[in-house]
Amino acid sequence: MNIQDYKGIYVFIQQVDGKVAGVSHELLGKARELAQKMETKVTAVLLGYQVSGLCGDLASYGADKIVLVDNKDLEIYSTRPYAYAVCKVIEHFKPAVLLYGATAIGRDLAPRVAAKIRTGLTADCTKLDVADDGTKNLLMTRPAFGGNIMATIICPDYRPQMATVRPGVMQKIKPVEDASAPVDNFAVEIPESMKDVQILGVVKKESHKIDIQDAKILVSGGRGMGCAENFKMLEDCANALGGTVSSSRACVDAGWVEKDIQVGQTGKTVRPDLYLACGISGAIQHLAGMEESNLIIAINKDETAPIFDVADWGVVGDVTKIIPLFTEGVKKAIAERNK
Amino acid sequence: MDFKLSAQQEMARTLFRDFAEKEVKPLAQEIDEEERFPTETLEKFRKYKFMGIPYSKEWGGAGCDTLTYEICLEELSKVCATTATMLSAHTSLGTWPILKYGTPEQKEKYVRKLCTGEYLGAFALTEPNAGTDSSAQQTKAVLDGDHYVLNGNKIFITNSGYADTYVIFAMTNKSLGNHGISAFIVEKNFPGFSVGKEEKKMGIRGSSTCELIFENCIVPKENLLGQEGKGFSIAMATLDNGRIGIAAQALGIAEGALDETIKYVKQRKQFGRPLAKFQNTQFEIADMVTKTKAAQLLMYRAAIAEDEKPRYSEEAAMAKLYCASTAMDVTTRCLQLHGGYGYTREYPIERMMRDAKITEIYEGTSEVQKMVISKYAFK
Amino acid sequence: MNIVVCIKQVPNTNEVKIDPKTGTLIREGVPSIINPDDKAGLEAALRLKDSQGAHVTVLTMGPPQAETALREALAMGADEAVLVTDRAFGGADTWATAHTIAAAVEKLPYDLIITGRQAIDGDTAQVGPQIAENLNIPNISYAEEIKVEGEYVTVKRQFEDRYHILKAKMPCLITALSELNTPRYMTPGGIVDAYQKEIKKITRADLDVADGDIGLKGSPTRVVKTFTKSPKAAGTLVSNLNSQEAADYILEKLKEKFII
Repeated sequence: MNIQDYKGIYVFIQQVDGKVAGVSHELLGKARELAQKMETKVTAVLLGYQVSGLCGDLASYGADKIVLVDNKDLEIYSTRPYAYAVCKVIEHFKPAVLLYGATAIGRDLAPRVAAKIRTGLTADCTKLDVADDGTKNLLMTRPAFGGNIMATIICPDYRPQMATVRPGVMQKIKPVEDASAPVDNFAVEIPESMKDVQILGVVKKESHKIDIQDAKILVSGGRGMGCAENFKMLEDCANALGGTVSSSRACVDAGWVEKDIQVGQTGKTVRPDLYLACGISGAIQHLAGMEESNLIIAINKDETAPIFDVADWGVVGDVTKIIPLFTEGVKKAIAERNK
Repeated sequence: MDFKLSAQQEMARTLFRDFAEKEVKPLAQEIDEEERFPTETLEKFRKYKFMGIPYSKEWGGAGCDTLTYEICLEELSKVCATTATMLSAHTSLGTWPILKYGTPEQKEKYVRKLCTGEYLGAFALTEPNAGTDSSAQQTKAVLDGDHYVLNGNKIFITNSGYADTYVIFAMTNKSLGNHGISAFIVEKNFPGFSVGKEEKKMGIRGSSTCELIFENCIVPKENLLGQEGKGFSIAMATLDNGRIGIAAQALGIAEGALDETIKYVKQRKQFGRPLAKFQNTQFEIADMVTKTKAAQLLMYRAAIAEDEKPRYSEEAAMAKLYCASTAMDVTTRCLQLHGGYGYTREYPIERMMRDAKITEIYEGTSEVQKMVISKYAFK
Repeated sequence: MNIVVCIKQVPNTNEVKIDPKTGTLIREGVPSIINPDDKAGLEAALRLKDSQGAHVTVLTMGPPQAETALREALAMGADEAVLVTDRAFGGADTWATAHTIAAAVEKLPYDLIITGRQAIDGDTAQVGPQIAENLNIPNISYAEEIKVEGEYVTVKRQFEDRYHILKAKMPCLITALSELNTPRYMTPGGIVDAYQKEIKKITRADLDVADGDIGLKGSPTRVVKTFTKSPKAAGTLVSNLNSQEAADYILEKLKEKFII
């Protein structure tokens, strides 16, 4: 392989039901930035069936060019037909870089492609940069050991350099109105042997209550919530964040909430990515159940509340006023991202 | 001399610890408060084949050594001493004597079912007037053709009401004293056998402790365990074996109390710093950890002796004496380090202290252990 | 039916801590466990064995100490264990690992291969699909339910907002999620048996692979730098904001941390 033959930054565009995933927009934004440093162009690789209508959208988010593989066999995501098509794109266009979202699709597709093409793949990156040592290698940084360490990885001798990137990490650009980009209709015939998995059905998930010990985000209420009705605002907040509501013992004893969401010595021990403590003073029995959380943010009226000793960020104020405003902000931010 | 567990024993410990944390600990407070026998845990013991850990696969056991079994009791007791009581009464007292002294027919009929968990076992020696002086048995057994007729009462019988089989001791010839005691295997459905009132206890409150009543209870002749007149020696040998289990239980209680307390003193702040930063706390913990480790060595030594020596009464007595007094001492001092919170039921430490006390009493009081040990010392 | 379950021995990352002074990873005393997703995969295999009969082989690639993970799998009920081990395999990234494991799996009879979705020490989720590519068989990732009927396997495959019900002809590779089931415990007797069994070893010499495709040499990626995230700074407390400012403040922090 002559790595000089491989040029351009390509982004695998994830579309499901004719809708482009937010992470693909984010990757286009990041790809623009990398393309400047590498002095090259950004190409979107769009797979699907009757999806050419999305090309304008991709141009407005930063694609200089679009490779479109429009094929009935690619209507619903399936590992091998998609991997086959992406490999054909790689073989034909020889990209220097190919980025995927670290989604349930990207994390299934990309490894299969990497194995076939014989190139490196770095999973779940949180940072991408270009080496300034003259090689212009892609510097891919990702967490490991449960987020305890970060590693920067390169793929010096094989192309394309491939990475999956976590959703929500990169910034999408402000969409350029009426942008357009040349579309390369690239025909790929999917061989029968690749259609080895039959899709019997597609079932949309219903949101269901998850155990607070499995939740990545907990919005937890304490005595400071004042009454059972105020837990509704925590529900709203948790829904906006994609999290779950938990509570301190005081609220269980007061009969505001069920025992199964109690955190602490006599409740459950939790270790979410985010623990948002709302009106929880932080008695030692409560802290015992949550202080290992990755990130703790606390809101409390009393600035001497012990919860602030373990919180990464603490805000002194009225939780019942702050939470609804915060929830609005979250909804806005997420709507922005998905636009 | 080797102070290391084998890889196999370590793996077993991992299993027992995992099981205790996930299946036993969540119930510990509840069964104590409700004084409820944890039948759901018994079901899990059956499912995961914990019912005959130290007995051979030939009889449906797991084929582990004695130390592995004691480690199981140790790990269970760290989180719930009640649960360990249930398993040790079944294994050490309810099953062991039948395996050791039973005929091939008795083993086929009872040991296999006890080891696989189809049956829960129990052991009944103590009577209202025969506690530490267990030779003063008043329950009588009279041979009548093809069966014995038993009359009398037993008290403080662990697993009673839930057990399927009981190893029972009764006088067959009062004039011979100790040598007139015989052992029997009694099934729960034998005519004339019934379970009486349940005791209200200070600790291990989830374990079942009742009176047994024999009113012209008919026990088939083939259910005599060992020979007539050998009952007392069977009882004493069984207790030697069982005592190591109580040592393991006491050890586990002390270790569990220390785990809770070390966690607590790191979190709890007074005078602006964690309790763990105070020298009193440090010295207390250092002293207790050292004592507990010494207790562990004595218990492990006794467990190994059981597999290696024909008699291990001395090792078993020392292990039980020291582990039990360590459990009582450590739980009391751990509670003190908890202060007022320790006295509430929100923390497990008060339960552990209540549970610790029984280990100084049952299967031979600490005083009985001293009698055994001094006998060897003056020999 | 022959099922091969690929497992990995990993440090329990829940217990990995950062030394606050040096900022380095404290590995000492961190227990090794079977990777949780892999253990769910093993449980799925054992349930298939219980319900319809199967020969379950567990396989791991790793240093000699990884034998412990295999013994644990045997104690849970696996029939046979294979340790793929050689200094020549050291330093492999996911590409070289998958290539090596695939070559080892080819030495075994298999209808179904089950791997965990991802390992908690690396979180890459790559090796499963890559083994399938190396073996040229279909793969179904993120399995939440597995059913086998005749020569076919039906899987409930998880996505963020939906499931696909997928059916494939075996041989097939499935990657399991820990949500798939609750793995059974070992049994005390199972542990005794596990230590009486022999663990089959596969080394470099046993495999038909090129030197350039295994170990560090066969790995397309290189780690150029590792660093720990800055240790948890003392918390910040703000007390002079009105409610709107406070809400915005929290929002900003969550954006900084990529939570939203």
